[in-house]
Amino acid sequence: MTALPPTAQDQAGFVVELEQFSGPLDLLLHLIREDEVDITDLPIAKIADQFLAVINELRLNQAADYLEMAARLLRIKAQMLLPRHVGDDEWEDPRAELVRRVLEYQQIRELVEWLGAAAARRAEQFGRGFSPEPPTVPPAPLVIDLNDLLAAAERVIALIPEPVLHRVVPRPLDVEGATARIEALLAERAALGWGDVVGERPTIVDVLSAFIALLELAKRGALRVHQEGPFAPIQIRRESPREAR
Amino acid sequence: MSPLAKLVEAALFASARPLTVEELVTLDPQAGAAAVRAALVELRNAFATGDHGVELIEIAQGWQFLTQREYAEAIDRAQFALRPRRLSPAALETLAIIAYRQPVGRSEVDEIRGVDSGAVIDKLAERGLVEVVTRGEGLGRPLLYGTTPQFLEILGLKDLDELPRLEELSVALRPPAPAEPE
Repeated sequence: MTALPPTAQDQAGFVVELEQFSGPLDLLLHLIREDEVDITDLPIAKIADQFLAVINELRLNQAADYLEMAARLLRIKAQMLLPRHVGDDEWEDPRAELVRRVLEYQQIRELVEWLGAAAARRAEQFGRGFSPEPPTVPPAPLVIDLNDLLAAAERVIALIPEPVLHRVVPRPLDVEGATARIEALLAERAALGWGDVVGERPTIVDVLSAFIALLELAKRGALRVHQEGPFAPIQIRRESPREAR
Repeated sequence: MSPLAKLVEAALFASARPLTVEELVTLDPQAGAAAVRAALVELRNAFATGDHGVELIEIAQGWQFLTQREYAEAIDRAQFALRPRRLSPAALETLAIIAYRQPVGRSEVDEIRGVDSGAVIDKLAERGLVEVVTRGEGLGRPLLYGTTPQFLEILGLKDLDELPRLEELSVALRPPAPAEPE
């Protein structure tokens, strides 16, 4: 495989950590300090615009953490623009949560300075049996043979579960057939039970077809359907057809 | 020097890491912790006279001989020993959060830093500066991290109480001063 030329890699590369800023809060704090603004009364519109400009310039606009902060700033900016009543006690400053986080982060940065200084001071003294950390060796070049690669691919493919498919097939109801059967039965007998209509061991399609046929015939006035109560046997009775049709 | 002080000196010389009073007591169970502590003070004073290139330091809840600061440059240049690699700002931020919030889960570190800190935490754990101390309540019982004695060692701290108290930090935003006296 050929490696991407470095320039293309730089452009396509995903920014994970930048020398200059260790995260969106760090960048935000930097902007606040640079502008020398009051953090508790943050000029959010100005800061949001600057934030967007910087992440565009540094190509950080691909990094999710920075994008999330940008979106947050824009939302707060929009919320600040919403009209509010003077002296509205219910109003909560949309910047409050952000200010809290920035203050907290600022505290962390102070601790970082302290810890860094402590570590630097400690590094001026050596203990017995000091063993330096092993140097980070770049990983060995990947050597792979085609057969291994194919075998690996097969293993991976084998792990892909067979997708479960539900096949939907049309099962047309045979309402006409059921209607014809019921009419034929009614020609012989004046009264029928549900069992006579659907026959023995009916399929769901038979049941549905027969039921619709029954309703249709009842509507036409060819028969009368009667049931004593819920789940009681359904009785079907012939009706003299009405003339008005 | 007392015989016990010399025994302690030998043990500290032989060890590559700080030894605690409890560990040193095992050298001579009849001596007891108080006698070992007295021996350590005697030893420290003996090396503090200015006649030695090493000094006895209280560090990481134990005691250790360390070279005097003034020789760091020469030893480093001669490459008899190398200074540890400096920690990145991201690593220090993460360490600070874990040190003050321990036991603390990854998601809390992420939230305070505003960035995904999983890789940084893994690296710190690899270097032995933090470790999983327990599991939290709630969804997935997240791993909770704390600092190790190794953390105290690389900072030259006796214990966690030597970290600055949060109240001592200036939370008020300071404009960037040209030369900030720290």
